[in-house]
Amino acid sequence: MNKEHLYKYILGIADNSLILGQRLGELCGHGPNLETDIAGTNISLDLFGQSRSYYQYAAKLIGNGATEDSIAMLRNEREYINVLLVEQPNTDFAYTMARQFLFDVYHLLMLQELQKSHDVTLAAIANKSIKEVSYHLRFSSDWVKRLGDGTEESHQKMQDAIDGLWTYTDELFHQTDADKAMVAEGAGVDVKELKDSYYSKVTKVLAEATLETPESKWFQKGGKNGVHTEHLGYLLSDLQYMQRTFPNMEW
Amino acid sequence: MSEEQIKDLEEQFEARIARDEKIEPKDWMPEKYRKTHIRQMSQHAHSEVVGMLPEGNWITRAPSLRRKVALLAKIQDEAGHGLYLYSACETLGISRDELYDQLHSGKAKYSSIFNYPTITWADMGAIGWLVDGAAIINQVPLCNTSFGPYARAMVRVCKEESFHQRQGYEIMIKLMQGTPEQKEMAQDALNRWWWPSLMMLGPIDAESVHTEQSMKWKLKRKSNDELRQQFIDQTVPQAELIGLTIPDPDLKWNDEKGCYDFGAIDWDEFWQVVKGHGPCNKERMNARVGAWERGEWVRDAAVAYAEKKANKNINKAV
Amino acid sequence: MKKNWPLWEVFVRSKNGLEHRHFGSLHAADADMALENARDVYTRRNEGVSIWVVESKDITASNPEHNGELFEPAQDKVYRHPTFYDLPDEVKYM
Repeated sequence: MNKEHLYKYILGIADNSLILGQRLGELCGHGPNLETDIAGTNISLDLFGQSRSYYQYAAKLIGNGATEDSIAMLRNEREYINVLLVEQPNTDFAYTMARQFLFDVYHLLMLQELQKSHDVTLAAIANKSIKEVSYHLRFSSDWVKRLGDGTEESHQKMQDAIDGLWTYTDELFHQTDADKAMVAEGAGVDVKELKDSYYSKVTKVLAEATLETPESKWFQKGGKNGVHTEHLGYLLSDLQYMQRTFPNMEW
Repeated sequence: MSEEQIKDLEEQFEARIARDEKIEPKDWMPEKYRKTHIRQMSQHAHSEVVGMLPEGNWITRAPSLRRKVALLAKIQDEAGHGLYLYSACETLGISRDELYDQLHSGKAKYSSIFNYPTITWADMGAIGWLVDGAAIINQVPLCNTSFGPYARAMVRVCKEESFHQRQGYEIMIKLMQGTPEQKEMAQDALNRWWWPSLMMLGPIDAESVHTEQSMKWKLKRKSNDELRQQFIDQTVPQAELIGLTIPDPDLKWNDEKGCYDFGAIDWDEFWQVVKGHGPCNKERMNARVGAWERGEWVRDAAVAYAEKKANKNINKAV
Repeated sequence: MKKNWPLWEVFVRSKNGLEHRHFGSLHAADADMALENARDVYTRRNEGVSIWVVESKDITASNPEHNGELFEPAQDKVYRHPTFYDLPDEVKYM
């Protein structure tokens, strides 16, 4: 297996969990009430846990003194290859839940395939993560329905969030060279194959939530190639603050 | 009920507590007992919830993923502890919303230590080590307090909190094993958090209004000064072990008394912070009120959705 | 508008073979949410394998003022306990 491809492939998955975990972490202590606060933090912790497993694997792969933290925190912005969706800000609770939902549907489909990977480490991480992500999806779907079919105000806010984030959904199914190489090896997931299933699942929940599925066919892309929205830079300046300010120290 | 009957009930009530019997929410209790408990438990709950904020500052900036998940889990526990304690209050017939109103309007107090800023990573270490350390000293005796729901909540809180102080102390250890810059960061944090941590154990006994009654009801097992002494005696060796210096030139071991003597605490500062003049009182309150207000439409939507669903189920049944 | 989420009581079975035990309470808008919240609030440390939730208002509780008539009459019914009966020491396994 081409090590460089495998490494990039792992990062593609890990960065999604890291960046989304970081976004949710921002909300700890600021949720709409204690119960929801605790639930959101649980999801954040799951995602950080997953990203650590991937980064530890990636660190072992490239050696050279790399660690989960050096990979997670010391790359430049253009080297992060998460999808644009997960870096979008916590505009309000509707955006937070819509972002979560639109990612969770993809995440679960992807992991269900990844657990069949010929790469035993990836398969094992996927297998463990599936249980966590199944719960995330249940939680976020429930909130999409609650807000969509709640009050007039919440309906409007949820519709706005879905409309606003829709443009980032197509990128989930794009493939980089590393992705294609890994699919060919039987180690990676062919995300193109997930697309139909994704949109049909999303549409079904949106319908239950009395929300319109956006019709726009114009989608943003770039995250997978390291070309991000303006939001990521600020997120990274927090994430990397300590490692950049105090290089080469142990914490 | 006649005054005499009430007096009789009160005597029986005090006798039950003296016999170490637990009081449960629906039992008869003097109004003062109820009020005191609502006040103390809700203050405690507010402290947990406001206490999430200073540490929350560092979730996004934690220096490693390991530290980040530990910090996040710790802050999440504080939300849980707030929740347990609000629930214990609610058994006395006051709702969480009313308690929030008291907090947000400034009527209710919370531990004033959370009005100090967290300006470096080492503050996460100092808070875990000192603030949680002081809290544990306060809380462990409460596992045996007379009011059942409070005691049960505290058992759970103490069990869960056992990792919090270690989490903080480990941060300090690591800093003290690090570069001169890291050591300086740790010492600086200790310098800033030491005195507020001592104040956290409450005013000196002579000025503490509630102590005597609280002792009787087992809301307190030791006086503030005793707790403070205990905290100092157990913390000083921990500081020395990792090479930190307690910022108190008057601190020295007293062989005769078998404990440390320590310098004068600046109670003026304490009372000023309590009165709202601490460095971050406004920020903390704005953050709490803001989160609550931003959450209102969310909470409303969930209720509206639940009502719709319940109606649908009724229609189905018909 | 200001709507409060009702209070729920949470019962958790720590492991199979044990009964559900009262763990505490929480707020939730409906039963599904109460279950999810209970999972996140009360089983974060692997404390349970099964959860029950019931809205607090649906619980009927005995009144402690009636404890005398409810519970004290059972105190002197010693014949309900095995120690009430005299047996010769030679009798085993009874």
